[in-house]
Amino acid sequence: MIGELTNKYLRMDRLPHMWCPGCGHGIALGALLRAFDRVKIDKDKTVILSGIGCASRAVGYLDFSTVHTTHGRALAFATGLRLLRDDVKVIVIMGDGDALAIGGNHFIHACRRNIDITAIVLNNQIYGMTGGQGSPTTPQSRLSTTTPYGNFARAFDFCNLAIGAGATYVARATAYHASLMTELYANAIKHHGFSFVETFTQCPVNYGRRNKFPDPASMLKYMKDISVPFKVAEKMGSDELQGKIVIGELIKEKEDVELNEVVRERIMKFRGGAQ
Amino acid sequence: MSAKLVQGNEAVVYGSFKAGLKFFAGYPITPSTEIAEMCARDLPKVGGVFIQMEDEISSIAACIGASLAGFRSMSATSGPGFSLMQENIGYAIMAEVPLVIVNVQRMGPSTGIATAPSQSDYMQVRWGTHGDHPMVSFAPFSVEECFTEAIRSIYWSERISSVVVLLLDEVVAHMREGIDVDNIENILEVPDRGPFPDEKGSFRPYKVDRDKGAKLPPLGMGYRFNVTGLVHDEMGFPVEDPEKTGDLIRRLHNKIDAVEDEITSYDERYTDDADVIVISYGSVARSALRAVRELRKNNVKVGFFRPITVWPFPSKRVRELSKKVKNIVVAEMSMGQMVLEVERSVGDSCQITLLQGIKGELITPDNIYNTVSEVISK
Repeated sequence: MIGELTNKYLRMDRLPHMWCPGCGHGIALGALLRAFDRVKIDKDKTVILSGIGCASRAVGYLDFSTVHTTHGRALAFATGLRLLRDDVKVIVIMGDGDALAIGGNHFIHACRRNIDITAIVLNNQIYGMTGGQGSPTTPQSRLSTTTPYGNFARAFDFCNLAIGAGATYVARATAYHASLMTELYANAIKHHGFSFVETFTQCPVNYGRRNKFPDPASMLKYMKDISVPFKVAEKMGSDELQGKIVIGELIKEKEDVELNEVVRERIMKFRGGAQ
Repeated sequence: MSAKLVQGNEAVVYGSFKAGLKFFAGYPITPSTEIAEMCARDLPKVGGVFIQMEDEISSIAACIGASLAGFRSMSATSGPGFSLMQENIGYAIMAEVPLVIVNVQRMGPSTGIATAPSQSDYMQVRWGTHGDHPMVSFAPFSVEECFTEAIRSIYWSERISSVVVLLLDEVVAHMREGIDVDNIENILEVPDRGPFPDEKGSFRPYKVDRDKGAKLPPLGMGYRFNVTGLVHDEMGFPVEDPEKTGDLIRRLHNKIDAVEDEITSYDERYTDDADVIVISYGSVARSALRAVRELRKNNVKVGFFRPITVWPFPSKRVRELSKKVKNIVVAEMSMGQMVLEVERSVGDSCQITLLQGIKGELITPDNIYNTVSEVISK
């Protein structure tokens, strides 16, 4: 099955990929291919953009119109593209440092505008490509090359940030929950408005190694252990949820107006109703 | 329509609409804001889209996205915003995305004086983004030229598949003159990017001659190339091969060199018998022209030279002129930036005198009149 999908959606001549052995990004890419198949994505009418970093290298392997933009700016590129082309599906793949540190401002504003873009963030809690520096999602007290005494600062809660900023579809999965991931990606792509799926993935080389995870499997198991499905979490108190991550669909709004619709409506008014 | 009073910034918008502008993303900043405001009001009327972004970084990024979607795109800003745009100016140059950035120069460094004119971004326009890259920039000195140079900026951005900076200063942007935008002659027709081949899957947009720009088909039309700021191959995929790297960097320059004569434009007057020539651009050239005319009344043999294409600098013509005169006076609102290009062009053919304007005020005709008078009396 996955062989068929790789032939269909990947640029096979660009493989093998550059991700390290044990990296979780491949699991996410596999789930994305399955989601493409599930929603019967039109390859000719889909543009996939990314920023800079390990996660962003995914676009190089995807057989679509692809744009590998500058660090943190992918959503801003995507905004300009989508505003003029409501005939195309726009998907943006980013990493945690990419989307939340250097691109944090663009991220919240894309959520606020509710523009029809699907943002997928592969959150491995570290800057992998540059060799393991702390990111905005590195948990407090965890080790990285730039937090050698333990991370002094708190980590962002990515999904709460997106909800607060006004995203109309917000979901979370981990690399352990591959089939959930596929479902969430498919739903996000189908969603009309700004959709965001945070995906925890493991970086055994640059994060696990420094933080007492002996191998990739132990990191996957850890993700499983700390994950709580949204429906269960709703019945839990905040004390019980300490140190846990909530997975599943956290927000799914149908009522909010998508940005492009408003923009089109204005143009139509000036043209007396004729496109 | 008959002539009406139009502001420089407004004329930029009229011109860009004439050239088929369909997208503007920007962030408010004095003294360029009128351009954004007018695009917000009028772009939807011509089927275009305006968006105010969260900063200038995302403004230029959105413009690149819109240009990749196949539409003529522009942003406008001033020094602090222009600094923020440098990262993605480099991206558009590397990925060969047509784009126009209007930079209305104001007093710097840093926040400087937001409402004071300056010409101290001249070198930043050329060298602001990192890496070896070419740059094309046009600087109007009148409201009508704001209109025509806006069209020329879009025209050349499309022809060379790169960034063109339309370089104004606060005085040019905010002054008003009577122009009839419907009856300006010799308007350039901006070429379409296509046609593109039917063979979509295998089309290599970066496979072009050594002195040509790439022509990217709009994204989301079935062509499946990659766009990146990395050094890339003919399909847009990252490479680190030394030969391919060298070829790409050289081609990015060659494509401008190949059309340099066509891109170059300048305004030259009273130079035939001149002993001294005043070189200036933008609003300062208005003062220079007045000063030259006054000096001529007193039988001073003084000429006037105004680069309209400020990058690439019209070196060839300046070199020729320098061999016929004893002195060149360069007047610019900076500590001296364009004068460096003049020096580079002239060598030791003649004397060069710099008149600096660093007080946040326009250099007056009197300033230039007196400087020329001093130079010739030496």
